[in-house]
Amino acid sequence: MIEAIAFYTFAILTIAMFVIVVMSRNALYSMSALAAGMIFISGFFFLLDADFLGVVQIIVYTGAVMALYAFAMMFFDTTKEVKEKNSSNYKVFLLSGLSAILLIIIFVSPIISQKVQALYPMKENIGNTQSIGIVLFTKYLVPFEVAAIMLLVAMISGIVMASKRMDESLTLKVDEEIQKEEVK
Amino acid sequence: MITLTHYLVLSAILFCIGLVGVLRRKNLLMLFFSTEILLNAVNVGFAAISKYYMDLTGQMFAFFIIAIAASEVAVGLGLLIIWYKRVGSIDLDTMQSMNG
Repeated sequence: MIEAIAFYTFAILTIAMFVIVVMSRNALYSMSALAAGMIFISGFFFLLDADFLGVVQIIVYTGAVMALYAFAMMFFDTTKEVKEKNSSNYKVFLLSGLSAILLIIIFVSPIISQKVQALYPMKENIGNTQSIGIVLFTKYLVPFEVAAIMLLVAMISGIVMASKRMDESLTLKVDEEIQKEEVK
Repeated sequence: MITLTHYLVLSAILFCIGLVGVLRRKNLLMLFFSTEILLNAVNVGFAAISKYYMDLTGQMFAFFIIAIAASEVAVGLGLLIIWYKRVGSIDLDTMQSMNG
């Protein structure tokens, strides 16, 4: 019972937050709604007995990724409304309809999941974090290390790209001055 | 009683919201937000399958998706800042120098 209440509450909240993200015209509102949606998503993970995943979701997404977005938004002019010209709504509706049909086909298609066998079954008396550690550092050790290298490469590239000409202010300058310096 | 289907339908709904965002928005920052929604929707599906099949592989994939999302954000925002310094706008319509 409590599981159902929690599920529907989190589902409604998450969908509402993500709809705000997609529909909002203000980038700041959009980012705040996205951060809230990430926290609600972590509620699902706790509900699904994936405690470690929920904690990682909160730390990485709301802690690191959202902080990165907030930092990057200092470079952009976020106070003004996002102006977008949508040339044809027709195209968007066509593509959305196609994706909906695809989704229905996926759901209706013959279920092959009866054959699914657990590769790394959960043990009864071991906690979630411990069993994840065991699997991650035995079966998934190589992907783990590769992911670590990938994160290192991404970090270095982010630093290099974002720190070019960091010493001069961009928002206080007129666009033409920046253009002129680019030509030089 | 909440079954696996509930979670999968929710995951599909969230994925569709992200898909609409990707199709509809023209601002690149908003496109990044929509991408995050897509990745999170998939994560919910993986965690649900991991629970209902008593298998840890789903959670492992969710971890790697989170790692990929973090590096994607780092690289993408770096590129976005460079583009903003060069052009002064992060609208998709400004990226037409190749006339594709």
